[in-house]
Amino acid sequence: MALLFHIGRYFMLLGEVFSKPERLKVYWRRTLEEMDLLGVKSLGIVALLSLFMGAVIAIQTKTNIDSPLIPAYVVGFTVRQSTILEFSPTIISLILAGKVGSTIAAEIGSMRVREQIDALDIMGVNSAGYLILPKIVACALINPFLIMISMFLSIFGGWMAGTLTGIISSANYIQGVQYDFDAYIVTYSLIKTVVFAVIIASISAYQGYYTTGGTREVGISSTKAVVYSDVVILIANYLLTQLLLL
Amino acid sequence: MIEVRNLCKSFGDVEVLQDINACFAKGKVSQIIGKSGSGKSVLAKCVIGLYAPTSGEVLYDGKSFQSMEKEEVRQLRQEIGMLFQSSALFDSLTVLENVMFPLRMFATMNERQMRERADFCLKRVKIEGADAKYPAEISGGMQKRVGIARAIAMNPKYLFVDEPNSGLDPQTSIVIDNLIQEITDEFNTTTVVITHDMNSVMGIADEIFFISQHRLMWKGTREELLRSDNAELNAFIFAGSLMRQVKQAMKEG
Repeated sequence: MALLFHIGRYFMLLGEVFSKPERLKVYWRRTLEEMDLLGVKSLGIVALLSLFMGAVIAIQTKTNIDSPLIPAYVVGFTVRQSTILEFSPTIISLILAGKVGSTIAAEIGSMRVREQIDALDIMGVNSAGYLILPKIVACALINPFLIMISMFLSIFGGWMAGTLTGIISSANYIQGVQYDFDAYIVTYSLIKTVVFAVIIASISAYQGYYTTGGTREVGISSTKAVVYSDVVILIANYLLTQLLLL
Repeated sequence: MIEVRNLCKSFGDVEVLQDINACFAKGKVSQIIGKSGSGKSVLAKCVIGLYAPTSGEVLYDGKSFQSMEKEEVRQLRQEIGMLFQSSALFDSLTVLENVMFPLRMFATMNERQMRERADFCLKRVKIEGADAKYPAEISGGMQKRVGIARAIAMNPKYLFVDEPNSGLDPQTSIVIDNLIQEITDEFNTTTVVITHDMNSVMGIADEIFFISQHRLMWKGTREELLRSDNAELNAFIFAGSLMRQVKQAMKEG
């Protein structure tokens, strides 16, 4: 029953979020600020993770398929496929759920317990729309760029690890990266990214928006935001994969 | 004018307000007093529509809040100014941006006019030179004054003030009380103050509403308050040493 209650309230909140904004100009300015806060400021961690992710995939692939029957370029191919199909859109989104999701829940939760959301409501501002819509739009717009950067850096990380450790030549790696490339996997990956971005922003905002109590409850909301975002991302990942790849 | 009719509010099985009837007059400071947990803040939240009453209604200039459409509620709220107990200033905005916020959202003014209006409101509450500061960088008393400046930015018809003096020293409390009185007179607002500060009650209240045991136990003026024989009210208002001295002085003529 509690689950149904939360699902119902979540969709009712989304109804409020997507109602007509009071001032489009104000909302757009907030969206740009959120793109900077939630997207650009996440670039460092995304870059670092992606570089090492690609490097580890390259080394693990090489050590697991070390057979003369398998061509060397398979390392590059595997890094590309696993990065674009799964690691960049899903793993980076899960990590962003931790960073961005907790930020959103903590910010909105703090505003709730410090009566700032009540103040917005009293002024006649649609508090759900004003606080949440710019975050959802910002994440949906900026996350695909983050994920594309992640894809590039992960493949680059694989190349660096492969060539610096001498397990694969640069030519073989690049041949593998280019081998049998289907651009649809990038489309599939970016569709997933946008869906995950909306999930992260909306679920985290929901947790923050309905926080009651004090600072302890804000912490609990942040934790719940990350956990529930991760769970829903994993479920959505499975459904989207079946829908888009089968 | 705001009228509360037969208002009841329950949270689950717990009845917080029972059959409240009250009328808050235009151009007057009405104060709701009562012990902590008596239900005065819940009453205020029902009046401004943050809580839906279990039964009864609230009328703004004769129009029932409960029967208003969503858009009408939004319109009405643009005529309401509120100072929260915690001031509820937006942390990420400067003092000036906080005051300009309602103007940016609703007013049909250009940037220069908004700035002028915000400057006027800040000067009205005697805040100068703090435009670029963030709420965390100013004192509690200044935060309250900025909260008042934001509340009056849209020329409200109704002003709600929740515990204006909590956490403030006596001198700053008087400054805030005087501001509430002056703004009520100047803007002719229907002002409702929730407080348990008897200094504030004796200083600026035109009408007093005493809430106890979830009911409206007593209402009247300052003069009537001091002469009331309501035992529960007397126990509340003469609990402080200063008010006990007032009572003693009255007895001695």
